[in-house]
Amino acid sequence: MALVEAIGVRKSFGHTEVLKGIDLEVERGEVVCLLGPSGAGKSTFLRCVNHLETIDAGRIWVDGVPVGFRAAGGKLYELRERDAARQRRDVGMVFQRFNLFPHRTALENIMEGPVQVLGRRKAEVGAEALALLERVGLAEKAGSYPAQLSGGQQQRVAIARALAMKPKLMLFDEPTSALDPELVGEVLDVMTSLARDGMTMIVVTHEIGFARSVADRVVFLVDGAVVESGTPSDVLDNPQQPRTQQFLAKVL
Amino acid sequence: MASDTRMNDVREDLVVVPLSHPWRWISGAVIVLVLAGLGWSMSEAQIQWEDVPGFFTHPVMLEGLLNTIVLALAAQGGAIVLGVVVALMRLSANPVARWFAVGYIWLFRGLPVLLQILIWFNLALVFQNISIPGLFSVPTNVVMTAFVAALLGLGLNESAYMAEIVRAGLSSVDEGQTEAAKSIGMTPLTTLRRVVLPQAMRVIIPPTGNNFINMIKGTSMASVIAFTELIHAANNISSRNLEIMETLFAAAAWYLVMVSLASIGQHYLERAYGPR
Ligand SMILES: Nc1ncnc2c1ncn2[C@@H]1O[C@H](COP(=O)(O)OP(=O)(O)OP(=O)(O)O)[C@@H](O)[C@H]1O
Ligand SMILES: [Mg+2]
Repeated sequence: MALVEAIGVRKSFGHTEVLKGIDLEVERGEVVCLLGPSGAGKSTFLRCVNHLETIDAGRIWVDGVPVGFRAAGGKLYELRERDAARQRRDVGMVFQRFNLFPHRTALENIMEGPVQVLGRRKAEVGAEALALLERVGLAEKAGSYPAQLSGGQQQRVAIARALAMKPKLMLFDEPTSALDPELVGEVLDVMTSLARDGMTMIVVTHEIGFARSVADRVVFLVDGAVVESGTPSDVLDNPQQPRTQQFLAKVL
Repeated sequence: MASDTRMNDVREDLVVVPLSHPWRWISGAVIVLVLAGLGWSMSEAQIQWEDVPGFFTHPVMLEGLLNTIVLALAAQGGAIVLGVVVALMRLSANPVARWFAVGYIWLFRGLPVLLQILIWFNLALVFQNISIPGLFSVPTNVVMTAFVAALLGLGLNESAYMAEIVRAGLSSVDEGQTEAAKSIGMTPLTTLRRVVLPQAMRVIIPPTGNNFINMIKGTSMASVIAFTELIHAANNISSRNLEIMETLFAAAAWYLVMVSLASIGQHYLERAYGPR
């Protein structure tokens, strides 16, 4: 079974329907890039996968578990927030605006989840957190507060913070859009190596180069619906739909 | 060219004349004069200055001091706890809780503290017993001592202000912080405790410090229901020896000591939660 299975996902804010029945499957170890114009619903879909938004219709399954529900006796029971939190442990998320905890050092940011959520011992978590900082190339910044780090460094710490929970799935919502151009590369490098290590990833991005070289599949979203989907070379070099062609003409 | 000549002028060795500030000298002199005048009239006044230190450490005064401190700390502490609860209700998704919080703040902030203290103190006039049917029942005038009435009057009023302060603090924390906390699997309570409250503190502490200083002084209102706080203690002393001003000055000195200590404490708290 696929790690992520989204079937007919619908979501409205007030009277505007933002997701109009999204179907998407992501296999284990697969990297899927979500592309599309502003307002297409890319962020909203990602947030639904992590149950930061509730969906109005359809179903999302992550690793066989219905997101936001508990299956029992042929029924789906809506989860209380406490239990929803437990589901989110397995899904890491990286935000456009980093959202590091400003009152904690880089190392403390990374340790926060394992210690506070999983209740693990600080000594053991500290060593892991240092190894993660090393992995994102920031071993020497362990004691720095977010305000003392560049945008690219903050985003790499944010990735390490998500990885500290040992997630099955990583969601990235435009992780490089808030960065100065010269800092984009260092974050994409970390993501590329993560993909090489076999992490399952859904990445919303405008970095076509990244999608081309790292993604196994590119999904093109317009107005809350999937317009086109396929391998990077199919969708990026040989788009069939006029909306995709228009968008790529502008971005490339 | 014109600009060239000006450049040349500047290069000459010209004497610099600093701007003089005659008004600083004049206003400074006026302030010093006024202070000297005040000091002189104080020394000429009909006050037995030598008696003030005695009243400062008088056993009755010290009892009043202790009662003032206990009342202020208890009322402020209770107000902070209640304020957090009411602020959370005010921000909750439950409309009944939201409206309750709005009404609570409206009522307890809207009435003068003195009036609230008097109402609590006189509660026995209208409710002879305080009871939950089937659980317990106690006579109101046994429970509603002067201390309890003052505690309720001061604490509930303050809790309404604290609710607004805490709400402003919680709202000042970026939404992204809560989302990041959720995304690593934090429960709402852990998110509040570990992520939101520590950041809200920066907004919450300064006005809370100001309010606590007001609370210290506000305890003096309990004197109207004969609670032996500082002012009532001062009156007790002076009713025997008629040295009214001397005892009031001794009480005044204690207020200044307490307020100074509170200000210093506030300073360190602000530094502990300050920006990184
Ligand atoms: N909390 C919300 N309340 C109301 N409307 C919302 C909310 N969040 C998103 N929307 C609306 O939903 C639509 C889709 O938003 P979304 O953020 O998912 O788009 P996006 O594809 O991520 O766009 P972008 O590339 O600009 O990030 C937009 O029209 C947006 O205004
Ligand atoms: Mg978006």
